[in-house]
Amino acid sequence: MKIVVLVKEVPDTYGDRKLNLQTGLADRAASETVLDEIGERALEVALSYADANAGTEVVVLSMSPESAAATVRKGLAMGASSAVQVVDEALVGADTGLTAEVLAAALQRIGYDLVIAGNESTDGSGGVLPAMIAELLDVPNATSLNSVEITDAEVRGERASDDATMQVAAQLPAVISITERLPDARFPNFKGIMAAKKKPFETLSLADLGVDADTTDAARSIMISLAEKPPRTAGTKIVDEGDAGEQLADFLVQNRLA
Amino acid sequence: MTDYKADSILVLVELTPAGELAKSAAGLLGAAAGVGTPVAVIVAPAGAGEQAGADAAALGATHVLVAEHAQTSTQLTVPGADALAAAAELVRPDAVLVSNSIEGREIAARFAARTRSALAVDAVAVSRDAEGVVAHHSVYGGAYNVDSAATWGAPVITVRQGAVDARAEAQPASVERITVEASGRRSATVESVEAAVVASSRPELRGAAKVVSGGRGLGSADQFALVDQLADVLGAAVGASRAAVDAGYVPQSYQVGQTGVSVSPQLYIALGISGAIQHRAGMQTAKTIVAINKDGDAPIFEIADFGVVGDLFTVVPQLIAALEARKA
Repeated sequence: MKIVVLVKEVPDTYGDRKLNLQTGLADRAASETVLDEIGERALEVALSYADANAGTEVVVLSMSPESAAATVRKGLAMGASSAVQVVDEALVGADTGLTAEVLAAALQRIGYDLVIAGNESTDGSGGVLPAMIAELLDVPNATSLNSVEITDAEVRGERASDDATMQVAAQLPAVISITERLPDARFPNFKGIMAAKKKPFETLSLADLGVDADTTDAARSIMISLAEKPPRTAGTKIVDEGDAGEQLADFLVQNRLA
Repeated sequence: MTDYKADSILVLVELTPAGELAKSAAGLLGAAAGVGTPVAVIVAPAGAGEQAGADAAALGATHVLVAEHAQTSTQLTVPGADALAAAAELVRPDAVLVSNSIEGREIAARFAARTRSALAVDAVAVSRDAEGVVAHHSVYGGAYNVDSAATWGAPVITVRQGAVDARAEAQPASVERITVEASGRRSATVESVEAAVVASSRPELRGAAKVVSGGRGLGSADQFALVDQLADVLGAAVGASRAAVDAGYVPQSYQVGQTGVSVSPQLYIALGISGAIQHRAGMQTAKTIVAINKDGDAPIFEIADFGVVGDLFTVVPQLIAALEARKA
């Protein structure tokens, strides 16, 4: 079984995240960057399966700037067998359509029985890439899974749907995405960190994948304007001296909120 | 053969597991009416199309295309994408609007990838300029406003649930059945569906006008009932911080924030929530924010319109009593 896990470097949500108002791009220097937690959980699903099933190969795949290599390596330290990073200047500001084309092309090159992604990243929070990739690869998407059961032939689990939960199943090869209901990821240990240095780490360009970022065959979504909202400011702050509940009730009634 | 207006906006109207129009339908059709002529497409189980079509017309669809599909309930995502593709071929719309629900955005994703259309996700509004339909987004937890457009062609736009207040005028029912040729794309199989149980008469968290949320400061699952009590007095939905969810006070579906539900209510009351940046990202677009916390340095006070430094177990019961007294 070959499992490819999609991972992403994102700005740490523990700090303020910035967009560059000139370029519209994420300002990577403005905040700490981390491996997106939902991607770590996706990797945990793959590694847990690999722990129990000898002969499982786990590959982490990321499309990201070169500077994200260290973050992608964390996947190797956690236990993935190899890593593939797609790096290309032409991908700066790529929309979901181009990203899906690139990842689908990389998956075809790597080969896979199962692709595991997080349901949505903490930065773009689009939640569309797994289904887009499944469409391009012509495989089922069993997405938004709260639980995952993998066998040699299929993957199944509980899907967190709208106003419902469903039991879904898909024949392999397939693309799945998982939710936060799946367990936390393991921490890389010292042995894993040392072993990661010797694991294969492949860097691919668009030319390697045969993808043309500037093709006019596909329409792209582009940012046409960007503005920062003024930050919220604090209003009235009182210390309870026995009548705070009364004062708050007055505030709500005066503002027609109660 | 129906002629479709040049400014047609194709709207995918979703049905609930029970077969009714999803709540997102009114906002989607309202948004579409603001930028063109709304044409709805509905994928319905056999026999359910007529009623759903009439309901969509009542919400503003000038014309409804109904694809009754036997596999709708057994195949995931692909039947919806096939129907949307068939409808788009017919209507040649200026834009395609889909709810940013789990099913909706994945149907939009497959459709956009298949037709190589520009996809704009999680819009909070749409407008039109000289070039075409523009999507407006609120990103990084509401810290930035971003507008996006397609380089060419009709953009596929998923619209955040509850974000659009505009409503379209009711239209006479004009329902047409369309035949959708299956694409044959491989899909996952749906083996069973369990509709979510509505636990109470409280409004749903997503899209609620008022939200009362509790954090770790509630101390236990039993004491979290205080949040419910205040919510009921205000007619508000109940939310929670991640800390309260992780502590097991309430299920994950209550979680407001970066990795939970994003809300923009008229009133947001945070009880015993310190206001970690991930939580703020999910609620700071609320019109009015009220916070009660015993730690006067809690970051939630930096964004609160009315902050109370105090013990929520004395302040909240007093607030409830005061509100009830004013109602009486």
